[in-house]
Amino acid sequence: MNLSLLILLPLLTALLILMSKQLAQIRVIGLVGSLAQLGTAGWLLKLYMDQRAAGNTATHLFESNTVWFKALNINYHIGIDGISLAMILLTSLIVVAGILVSWTMEKLSKEYFFLLVLLSMGAYGFFISLDLFTLFFFLEVAVIPKFLLIGIWGSGKKENSAMKLALMLMAGSALVFVGLMGIYYNTHTFDMVEIGRMGISLGVQKFFFPFVFLGFGIFAALFPFHTWVPDGHASAPTAASMFLAGISMKLGGYGCLRMAALMPDAAHSYSWIIILLATIAIIYGAFATMMQTDLKYINAYSSISHCGFVILGIGMLNKTSINGAVIQMVSHGLMTALFFAAIGMIYSRTHTRMVAQLGGLLKAMPFISTVFVIAGLCSLGLPGFSGFVAEMTVFMGSWQNPDGVYRLATVISAASIVVTAVYILRATGKTIMGPISNEHALLPDATWNEKLAAGLLIVGILIIGLAPFLINQLIMPTTDFLMINIDKALTLK
Amino acid sequence: MSSTIFILLRQELLLSLLIFLLLFIKIGKERSNESILNIINVLLFINLAAGLFGSSEGGAFNGMFTSNAFIVLEKNILNLAMLLISMQSYAWLKNHKQLAEFYLLLFTSLLGMFFMISSGNLLMFYLGLEMSTIPLAAAANFDLAKRKSSEAAMKLILSSAFSSGILLMGISFLYGTSGTLSFDILTAHISNNPMQLFGFILLVSGFAFKISAVPFHLWTADVYEGSPVAVTAFLSVVSKAAVLFTFTSILYKVFTPIATLWYSVLVVLSIATILIGNLFALRQDNFKRFLAFSSIAQVGFILIGISGSSQAGSASLVYFVLIYVFSNLAAFGVVSVVSALAGKENISDFKGFYKTNPFLSWVLTIALFSLAGVPPTAGFFGKLFLMMAGAAKDNYGLIIFASLNMVVSFYYYLKVVKAIFMEENETPIQKLSIPKITQLAMYICIAGIIITGLASLVYDYIYSLSIGI
Repeated sequence: MNLSLLILLPLLTALLILMSKQLAQIRVIGLVGSLAQLGTAGWLLKLYMDQRAAGNTATHLFESNTVWFKALNINYHIGIDGISLAMILLTSLIVVAGILVSWTMEKLSKEYFFLLVLLSMGAYGFFISLDLFTLFFFLEVAVIPKFLLIGIWGSGKKENSAMKLALMLMAGSALVFVGLMGIYYNTHTFDMVEIGRMGISLGVQKFFFPFVFLGFGIFAALFPFHTWVPDGHASAPTAASMFLAGISMKLGGYGCLRMAALMPDAAHSYSWIIILLATIAIIYGAFATMMQTDLKYINAYSSISHCGFVILGIGMLNKTSINGAVIQMVSHGLMTALFFAAIGMIYSRTHTRMVAQLGGLLKAMPFISTVFVIAGLCSLGLPGFSGFVAEMTVFMGSWQNPDGVYRLATVISAASIVVTAVYILRATGKTIMGPISNEHALLPDATWNEKLAAGLLIVGILIIGLAPFLINQLIMPTTDFLMINIDKALTLK
Repeated sequence: MSSTIFILLRQELLLSLLIFLLLFIKIGKERSNESILNIINVLLFINLAAGLFGSSEGGAFNGMFTSNAFIVLEKNILNLAMLLISMQSYAWLKNHKQLAEFYLLLFTSLLGMFFMISSGNLLMFYLGLEMSTIPLAAAANFDLAKRKSSEAAMKLILSSAFSSGILLMGISFLYGTSGTLSFDILTAHISNNPMQLFGFILLVSGFAFKISAVPFHLWTADVYEGSPVAVTAFLSVVSKAAVLFTFTSILYKVFTPIATLWYSVLVVLSIATILIGNLFALRQDNFKRFLAFSSIAQVGFILIGISGSSQAGSASLVYFVLIYVFSNLAAFGVVSVVSALAGKENISDFKGFYKTNPFLSWVLTIALFSLAGVPPTAGFFGKLFLMMAGAAKDNYGLIIFASLNMVVSFYYYLKVVKAIFMEENETPIQKLSIPKITQLAMYICIAGIIITGLASLVYDYIYSLSIGI
């Protein structure tokens, strides 16, 4: 199968959206397009598993390599492994859900859907790239739609949030770019596979790893560069929040993981800094969430905490922890998208997101309240949902590291779950339970599109939560391979 | 022999022919401005198209004039820019009384640039430079009723004269120490001789003046603000590009023996230029001043590319200039239309612009994104390749500085986008009816912005022609 389809489908959808006129037409095109993406991703999964079952042990499947800028040795090199496939599936699910929750977007609907689809194109392109330049290209493609989506359709101090987000992400890409230059001029190629094969010399790794890791770390809300997350997420319209937290922050995590695999020595020697920052993010994010009164801010700050687990898993640099990091990325993507969807549904009816002004919603909107509770429970890591599987795997992985400091970091991170439980249960209790105010008592429950969107995401969460071996089957072989390479590089030194 | 000269100089000859045709049109029977403009645009198109066919290598006038495929390409880019500017100024020129003279001046200036780019001798170079500068000063004064316009012209002519003086002094030092003006012979005489180095520094200062590199940039903003938009566009795109082309070829061809010296000069210049350009661009409200300072910052990035002094360096320069032509002219096109039809030139006037003029808003937005270097626009590739060329020298401090400054520049471009899309305005610019031909020019620019980047063909072609040290 040709992976470029994953870029061409959104592109085609975007062009068709540009040509159509009314909202009814636009959203149908958007939905069909996103369903086609979901179908493609599902089909890709089947083909991938078939190939693996047939004994294909190549690192990347469906690879294709086309020369792009010949003089500079830049290639359009694409291919997927288990990790990128998991990310692609996540993206396609969230895109469908995002289109569904924006079903009644009246304001400049054409531009809105166009930008959403463009954003998803950037994400797909990013996940299939095996060439660092192409990777960087798609990383930046996704920045501008975010800026416009927040700035035009957002709420609150949207212009400021949009500007802050765009600038911080651009600063992240600037750092990544510096690192890429360093890699390029020391290996004379952008090809990740080739670089992985020949390795990068120790001095170069040590100098440039901080650039790329911090650069991608900004995208993944690494402490202390997380400040764009709360404002950006809170100001964005519902679908954009879902995309931001569900897809866009994963670009960062995925990038960090790939960079750690490319420069294992540096990742190893800097691991204590990575772990320190991740632990701070986890604990700080959790405590900061407790102070929030706005539902969107609650979810945004808890995202910082949850994304900390991804970084922690990568920093621990062993098989189980990296596995956990990948599962956490998928799980957090689904869960947080679901959370934002639920908050968006509540907000569109009650016109407030303040916990204090809400209450007893279960009586008026049982479906939406249930969705909210499910998202909350997943977030606090209740067994049966994906959050538990992911966090558990990360902890198991990080405990394998016998060093005392690392153990301490693990304990502290694990303790954050208690804090998570406090803020989630408190928010749920106040908004869902208790007496309902008169003006909210008669509000309607979810419409079909909202139910469908939530249902899709919940199915994803449950599959990971109840049958974790499925996702493990997909990503394990890839992490195995990554770790073999990393260990080889580390023992050589 | 004589026929080869015709082929070698065909772009110059064609342009001279256009100048004479214009004279005939001027003294011929009275015509409406529209018909003259149409004729001129067709002629310019023919001029551009004729340049695209074939190229020849060789010299004329005892090596005073040289040409090759790369130089022809550079001239074609300038021709393209000239055509686009002409198409975009339709609305402004339609009601202007001295239409023919305006084009006469611009064409003459362009002709001078052609000779300057092709020069194989310092004398020829100086001649071309003067021929290109003096008509521009007159053109800057072409908003005849505006006091600011004549102020701009005055500033331009004075500062140009000053910089020419410096340049000339540098040339005389070089001549005095080497005894020759011809580039080919001069190279062999270049050394670390202090007199020569002094001459070289003066020469570079002259160049820096023309491309408005910091600290020689002070004239830029005032001149850009006062001049008519068409002239500002010409100054910031065509004139700068021509001088940059010449500057690079002289550095690469003549001053190779002291390459390490001018490398550090370029680094210092580029750091200062990017920094000052960015800092001042942050605070501008007048759109032309804003574009002036942003173009100063862009020149800083170009200098980084040149400092790479490789084949990729000169290729990325020409590539970037081509992209810059599209993106900057798209931006100037919108400003020009708005200025001519609505009389507004401030960024704050653009608040709420999207509600009334969605097409122009998108053109401007895409142009600004390209200037900022955001993918998938071509500006992304252009800027990245410049920095890649610069990074070849392993000077990562410079690259870190430049990439962080890209973020700063991103801020001020986004501020304009924010005004267009997100801010409210009680008295927005009314719906403008854009002349068809201007619309066409904008479509060409947008197509250029998209295609030049994504289609690697363009870069590969430029790369195959370019020469490093």
